[in-house]
Amino acid sequence: MNFAVLQFPASNCDQDALHVVRNVLGHSARLLWHKENSLAGFDAVIIPGGFSYGDYLRTGAIARFSPIMQAVQTFAAQGGPVLGICNGFQILCEAGLLPGALIRNRSLQFRCEHIFLKTASRDSPFTSQIPEGKLLRLPIAHGEGCYFADDANLEKLQAGRQILWQYVNAAGEATDPSNPNGSLRNIAGLCNQARNVAGLMPHPERASEDILGCADGRLIFESLISWLQTKASKAA
Amino acid sequence: MKAKIIVTPKKAVLDPQGKTIANALEQMGYKGIGAVHVGKYLEIELPAGNRESWRQQLDEACRRILSNPVIEDYHLEIQS
Repeated sequence: MNFAVLQFPASNCDQDALHVVRNVLGHSARLLWHKENSLAGFDAVIIPGGFSYGDYLRTGAIARFSPIMQAVQTFAAQGGPVLGICNGFQILCEAGLLPGALIRNRSLQFRCEHIFLKTASRDSPFTSQIPEGKLLRLPIAHGEGCYFADDANLEKLQAGRQILWQYVNAAGEATDPSNPNGSLRNIAGLCNQARNVAGLMPHPERASEDILGCADGRLIFESLISWLQTKASKAA
Repeated sequence: MKAKIIVTPKKAVLDPQGKTIANALEQMGYKGIGAVHVGKYLEIELPAGNRESWRQQLDEACRRILSNPVIEDYHLEIQS
């Protein structure tokens, strides 16, 4: 499979995402500068973390208007899978590809720590290979990760099973102390209605090898690869 | 001519900055204040000319990029 990893001024997790796809999972991946305007030949897009455009105005607000994001809009509309991590999630919300917004953490602090994630729906290209009931141990590193959507949209997300991941404690309960940023309903990640665009605040690309202390993040990338392979074999 | 734009968080959105400032003011002795809302102020310089056309264009810009309608309200004013 061939992955595009987008690169904006001040992206800083692009190399990690590239490394995981190429060296850990053995698939091809290429960095795409934000001024490029075509995604021809790519099977999936990763929008990595960082501080695109210095987080000026709002996180992700300026990146969403870059040329490559217009290509992402088309790619997503055609059913291509797009995964936004941290700042990538913020960009997808600003772009309207995912509902809601990410605002300043409730604590006003930049939170950099490991959290537990529960997979709330395994019915998506990004979660299918995560074993039922398994909690993922992943790092977070953000100042603006508090998920907000109005009540009507939250109900829609819940009813459509679009909430993919929630912050939980070690027992798997979505409690208030286990919520690192004040996200409504402990939402850490979600997908669109068509289920081909997803975003999450935690960093699976920083936890995909045992040498890093935890390899749970791999399951998210492996889910995506498995979904792409199934799609390719159906098309053949 | 210039445009003055004030962007504030919607009332339903958690505003931890505003809350922290309100607490600080209370502690400093400014008793009895209500909620504090922290927003942004933008000033855009404009060439003299068609005021209404600028108002329309910037109103659109406010909705598209200068504010995020999911979490923010804005107020736009064009001044001579």
